[in-house]
Amino acid sequence: MRKRARLSRFNIASLALGLAFLYLPILILVIYSFNASRLVTVWGGWSLRWYRELFGDRAMIEAAWMSLRVAVASASIATVLGTLAAVALSRGEGFRGRTLFSGMLYAPLVMPEVITGLSLLLLFVALNAERGFWTVTIAHTTLTMCFVAVVVQSRLGSLDRSLEEAAMDLGCAPVRAFLSVTLPLIAPAIVAGWMLAFTLSLDDLVIASFTTGPGSATLPIRIYSEVRLGVKPEINAICTLVIGLIAIVIVIASLASKLSSSQGESAAPL
Amino acid sequence: MSARRIFTRPARFAAIAPYLWMALFFLVPFGFVLKISLSQTAIAQPPYEPVFDLTAGWAAIKAAFGALSIDNFKLLVSDDLYVFAYVRSLTVAITATAILLLIGYPIAYGMARLPRRWQAVAMVLVIVPFWTSFLIRIYAWINILQHDGLLNQILLGLHLVSRPVVWLSTDSAMYLGIVYSYLPFMILPLYATLAKMEPALEEAAADLGAPPGAVFWRVTFPLSLPGVGAGVLLCFIPIVGEFVIPDLLAGSNSLMIGQTLWLEFFTNKDWPVASAAAIILLVVLLAPLLLYERVQRRQLEER
Repeated sequence: MRKRARLSRFNIASLALGLAFLYLPILILVIYSFNASRLVTVWGGWSLRWYRELFGDRAMIEAAWMSLRVAVASASIATVLGTLAAVALSRGEGFRGRTLFSGMLYAPLVMPEVITGLSLLLLFVALNAERGFWTVTIAHTTLTMCFVAVVVQSRLGSLDRSLEEAAMDLGCAPVRAFLSVTLPLIAPAIVAGWMLAFTLSLDDLVIASFTTGPGSATLPIRIYSEVRLGVKPEINAICTLVIGLIAIVIVIASLASKLSSSQGESAAPL
Repeated sequence: MSARRIFTRPARFAAIAPYLWMALFFLVPFGFVLKISLSQTAIAQPPYEPVFDLTAGWAAIKAAFGALSIDNFKLLVSDDLYVFAYVRSLTVAITATAILLLIGYPIAYGMARLPRRWQAVAMVLVIVPFWTSFLIRIYAWINILQHDGLLNQILLGLHLVSRPVVWLSTDSAMYLGIVYSYLPFMILPLYATLAKMEPALEEAAADLGAPPGAVFWRVTFPLSLPGVGAGVLLCFIPIVGEFVIPDLLAGSNSLMIGQTLWLEFFTNKDWPVASAAAIILLVVLLAPLLLYERVQRRQLEER
């Protein structure tokens, strides 16, 4: 193995400071969610009081349920569409309108959410669609399928093509070769893509605000309206629960991509 | 015919469903934004006119087309409120991106120098906050920065200040929030280019007698420019349109364009003006994207 440049003290310090900066605020939030005191700043000992109050909050529970349903539905549709898009981009080179296609797939990754949300709402209004679960799901699918496409495409790109070609040389029809050779090989990236789509949907405030209707607020919309009124200990509790859920999702996703990297040479970047 | 060619055709068919989806839910909506940006505000449902009625026949549609005007755009360019909002958005985005680059570069550099095994761990550690809800991360900072929050308690406890400092609703808090939220977006592309870089190049420069500073500025940094470009773009564009962070952390005296658009849409219910503002924002953002693409293509051709 090639000799790598040595770590300097400066490297270690910047890494440590950077990670501390990223993690300390979240850690503090989690600790304070177990604070018994009503005052967010006074430590009154450990307690589950705010979690109990949270589970008595009907509106918050309904919003969480709505968010979970939207996240599962949109992540599932986005995974199917995003995987198809990735296959078309990395295996079906040079089809008509490919530039427009890849442009449309990459644009939502950097587009400010206000623009995406606004434009989708205007479409739904023009179509006279009733706003609620389905409009939010469609909006989230549009955004997250692009992320799925990127993750799956990078996996397809690092895949050894001779495996597919060998299958076809041995008489496999292309679709069959894809289903029985390629698909199992990219499965971990697809799982990771679904997880990413799920957390992105669970996280989104702006696009959901534009595309939802009265009476169907998602969790971030509820949290946002509470946060604007000031800090409340219940919010610490719900945030901790969301962080816990996302942590579980990350563990599963990283196991999936570990599986993926043990099969191939490199894992998907996300 | 090689197997590779046989595979191409079915793979192209895979594009149909996602293509139609993106055309319908990404491209077509911009047509509506454009059309409504040329309409007038009305007290009606929907709150703009003219409304195209495709069943009313060709003459009615032609009349509706005639009723379109660029008044909203004239309003946006002449109204100080909007001009300031655009200028402020660009200023905030440029400043925040510069800070992100300054903070993110050393972190990415440190990561790239870790032993292989630890690089993977460090990458997961940087990605995890990106997966965690950004609303929650902003909220975590509100906890710390508020009047009787942890930061003021620590400062008071250490006798560094005599009374609580106002942190919330200031530009510093907003920059802190933006830098905090976008840091992973800056670190990851930087790390990707720095990790791929041949360490022998740096060693060779050092062996030939270049002091560490010169090695960095004349070898490492120029080679990492593609990562710098990607990171800057990945942060700059969404920050220009940022809504939530300035809304929760900055003061209310000067708004960014994302907030102005939001207010115009939800509070003033002036959809045509909000649409026109979105179109201008889109044009402002497309410019750096196209520029980046051109630079990249030229570099590819040079290779």
